[in-house]
Amino acid sequence: MAAETAARTGPGAGARIAGAVARQRELSLAGLMVVMAAFVALQAPNFLSASNLTQVTVVASIIAIAAVGQALVILTRNVDLSVESMMGLVAFVVADLLKFHVLPAPAAIAVGVGLGLLLGVTNGFLVAVLRVPSIVATLGTLSIYRGLDFLIAGGKQVTLGDLPAGYTDPARATVLGIPVFVLIAVAIVVFVALVLRQTRAGRRIYAVGSNPEAAAILGIRSGVVVFGVFTACGLLAGVAGVMWGMNYGTINATAATGVTLQVVAAVVVGGVNINGGSGTVIGAGLGALFLGLISNSLILLRLSQFWLQAIYGAVILVAVSLDAFLLRGLRRAALARRAR
Amino acid sequence: MSATGETPKPADAAVVVGETTSVGRSGPFRLRRLASWEALLALVLLGLVGLGAATSPKVFLTPGNFSNLTAAVMEVAIMALPMTLIIIVGDIDLSVESMLGLASAVLGFLWAEGVPLEVGIPVVLLMGAAGGLFNGLLVARGGLPSLVVTLGTLALFRGLALVVLGPRGISKFPEAFTDFGFGTVPGTPIPWPLVVFTVIAVVLGVVLHRTWIGRQVFAAGKNKDAARYSGVRVQRMRIALFVLSGTIAAFAGVILTARFASARADAGQGMTLTVVTIVLLGGVSINGGRGTILGVVLAAFTLAVLGNVLRLANVSAELQSIATGLLLILSVVIPSVARQVSSAIGRARRDRRPPVATAEPGEVQSLI
Amino acid sequence: MKANRSGRILALLGAAAIVVGACGSAASPTPAPATPAPATVAPATVAPATPAPATPAAATLNIVFIPKAVNNPYFDAAAAGGKKAADELGGQFTQIGPNNAVAAEQIPFIQDATTKGYSSIVVSADGPDEVAPALKDAMSKGIKVVGYDSSPAEGAYDVFVNQTDFSLIGGAMSQWACDLAPDCTGQIAILSATATAPNQNAWIEDMKKALTAPQFVGLKLVDVVYGDDDPGKSTDQAAGLLQKYPDLKVIVAPTTVGILAAAQVVKQQGKTGTVFVTGLGLPNDMKPFVADGTSPEFGLWSVPDLGYLAYNVAALLEAGTITGAEGETFTVKGLNGDQPYTIGPKSVVILGPPYKFDKTNIDQFNF
Repeated sequence: MAAETAARTGPGAGARIAGAVARQRELSLAGLMVVMAAFVALQAPNFLSASNLTQVTVVASIIAIAAVGQALVILTRNVDLSVESMMGLVAFVVADLLKFHVLPAPAAIAVGVGLGLLLGVTNGFLVAVLRVPSIVATLGTLSIYRGLDFLIAGGKQVTLGDLPAGYTDPARATVLGIPVFVLIAVAIVVFVALVLRQTRAGRRIYAVGSNPEAAAILGIRSGVVVFGVFTACGLLAGVAGVMWGMNYGTINATAATGVTLQVVAAVVVGGVNINGGSGTVIGAGLGALFLGLISNSLILLRLSQFWLQAIYGAVILVAVSLDAFLLRGLRRAALARRAR
Repeated sequence: MSATGETPKPADAAVVVGETTSVGRSGPFRLRRLASWEALLALVLLGLVGLGAATSPKVFLTPGNFSNLTAAVMEVAIMALPMTLIIIVGDIDLSVESMLGLASAVLGFLWAEGVPLEVGIPVVLLMGAAGGLFNGLLVARGGLPSLVVTLGTLALFRGLALVVLGPRGISKFPEAFTDFGFGTVPGTPIPWPLVVFTVIAVVLGVVLHRTWIGRQVFAAGKNKDAARYSGVRVQRMRIALFVLSGTIAAFAGVILTARFASARADAGQGMTLTVVTIVLLGGVSINGGRGTILGVVLAAFTLAVLGNVLRLANVSAELQSIATGLLLILSVVIPSVARQVSSAIGRARRDRRPPVATAEPGEVQSLI
Repeated sequence: MKANRSGRILALLGAAAIVVGACGSAASPTPAPATPAPATVAPATVAPATPAPATPAAATLNIVFIPKAVNNPYFDAAAAGGKKAADELGGQFTQIGPNNAVAAEQIPFIQDATTKGYSSIVVSADGPDEVAPALKDAMSKGIKVVGYDSSPAEGAYDVFVNQTDFSLIGGAMSQWACDLAPDCTGQIAILSATATAPNQNAWIEDMKKALTAPQFVGLKLVDVVYGDDDPGKSTDQAAGLLQKYPDLKVIVAPTTVGILAAAQVVKQQGKTGTVFVTGLGLPNDMKPFVADGTSPEFGLWSVPDLGYLAYNVAALLEAGTITGAEGETFTVKGLNGDQPYTIGPKSVVILGPPYKFDKTNIDQFNF
């Protein structure tokens, strides 16, 4: 694992190896996507149509934003399974606020994002303060937040007609041909990537994830770091939830069910190591795009939609196996080099 | 570092609430023995039965209701039994609900194609074993974390179920089959699946708590490396446990199909959460190395009774799912907090001796 | 490892409590023998939930509606009708149901309704065969079972209230698709709900048959996709249809959730006027889309009347006025022009013909 590699080959080598693996992953993923896109475009020319590309990239952007948050959590060796419930709850609450004219749109959106933050804080509290293992804590909040969603919804839904005119337009709006949602997602990915790469907080996240004991010795309070990433994950889930609502219009209490799997798959495919400590949010964003591409290809190539779940599963397994294989190979190579 | 990513902790000599292993038996006060997790659960269960009798007097304590409430939870309870061993060993199997669905789908598919159930059921059980083997190989030989592997197979198996059967449901099964799932032992309100559950629970309980296999499971759960050096074939054991889990999940799929008289690819959706909740509520530590079958059995009934009492009192399904989530979290928080309190008290009392090693503040809990 | 003894004893007591408590209170009205269970409610005072056999007792009218799923405005509209009937007849109305339109989730509600001893269950089945054993069990305990909207399997209900003759819907939807496609020519696709719902399957089969008629020869049905009555999924499926079939002319959605999602997608992608949406929809949902031309015509029936009729049928069954046999007639004031309904084969009663909604009449409706 990354930590042992670092321990055995010196301080700089670990980071270098992790970086090498990451860059390799991003490039190969990007390359794979280009090949896939070319293939699909040949078979189904309307793949390249503006409306199709908009459709694919808008949905992928929403998943990508949630994936960025999830990546942060996974980097610290935790997991947040409650993402879909956070998104669904935020989407419904915002829609409900608008339906009953409680708040104007900008304020409702702010409430939604704030709600996501609050939910993330709760997760962080459970994991970092009460020290509940993250898989248990977020499995529990997955259920609790969804239950709250159903409770608030009371069996009702909010339809497009209930929302203020033009509320869903941002999901279709483009700037210079690029959908607004994509721009938002890219901005978030770039911002978080910079934070991870250039700031002390970012380095701490990687440290806690790759070698918690060493981090503790260095004086890094992992509790604070873990609390922080869960909060960020909730915040980003809130943003994604608001965007979900704008994209779909009609929302009921089951919104965003099943998203957790997509988000985790995106993160894992994007090269974030499930054992923590390595990977980039750019990879996570690319992973989200990759999965969106697969889904779209299935539709355009007129293949059965039912393959989608199986593909998500296969993708996760292949990506994780590949990672482990790669890392082991790299470790062996590094050891061999050192032995010379 | 062990496969779970955790550094091994020295065995806690101090008495810990919920500690039921041989190490924890050394409690200075009788009171603490009574406060074992199983006893606590039993009390909660009795309390719930009382609550049910009080709030729905006409209907709660009837054979029909008993039959309903147990039948509804049997598939989940049956899957919770091998899950107990898997979690004790330090792994987890999230894919059980999907293997259940795949089993249902394949069984239905075969039945629709004219294959008799006598052939279909063993085929499906073998498939469960194969799926478990797949999980086990990736985890034990591949060294991959079980959380992610089984998350992947959670999706993969479900996807395969959808590909096999599509969105349709297969029904029109023979009556003998559906009677097994839906009916009861003649003359009693005991559903047949409960009989199956009892048998499996007894067998696994004996194996886990009374045989050398069980001791090996606990040993591997506490410290994989130490267990391996002591001659325990850890990897082989983990694979075997995954195979067991897969086979039993497939069997649960057969039972569910019989109970609903319908085979569907989306059968069992959402069950993994309930299974994990039952196991953790039963006092099994998510970090491995501790837990009892008895606790899990009690937890299964507690959850079933709780759901039943709430439904009969017209409490909405939403509140029930909130209750389940809370229960899951509390079942981990309470022992953890109690442990901290107890060790703090212990430290205060024995202030000359060095403190018992517990989790450091802010220590990152690793993924399984 | 060994659990401590006291814990074990307590645990076994707990398990025994349930078993004995359940067995101790038999269903017979005679006082049960004293049980060691800690529950103190005397079983002897338990009145059996099953009503006395055979005599046409006064209807209790403690009626529960169990729709396919509760977060669906269509069923809320039906519930409004049921509630109105309850108020008029002096009975009780409750609605319970699963959050997802899945048979496995619906069954516990049926079982609990049986345990609680409602006098009638009015149910729209998520899966006809799956719910049958639970419904038959209810019937065996004297509870009247009325199906509505989506029929349980034959034999698992006393009467099924069908909103309209199924065979009329397929023809009607084909006609609307023909009206909307330019020159009644072009590709059309169906966006359905769940693939197991019997009503959906019946309507789709029916539509396929209707499309073979000579006047529809220009229409080509290219695909049937399923949105599971979930707004998000239906939206994705509708968008998928538009991408898969760039020449698509009409999306036919025989589901109120699906038609709304499809209309939204068509409008959002700016395809109003190029791609039309029709099917079965709720007037309140679809008013804006009728106005802007996305969905100039679609249909349904009076959903509140469906609930109203179902409640009344249950009341009549309870009073013994009808038994569900073919050929029986009954009248419900306010429906069918006060003309009698006749129970048809398989104990089916039909509410009436489907309505077509378009801009000339849609403002008159409020559901």
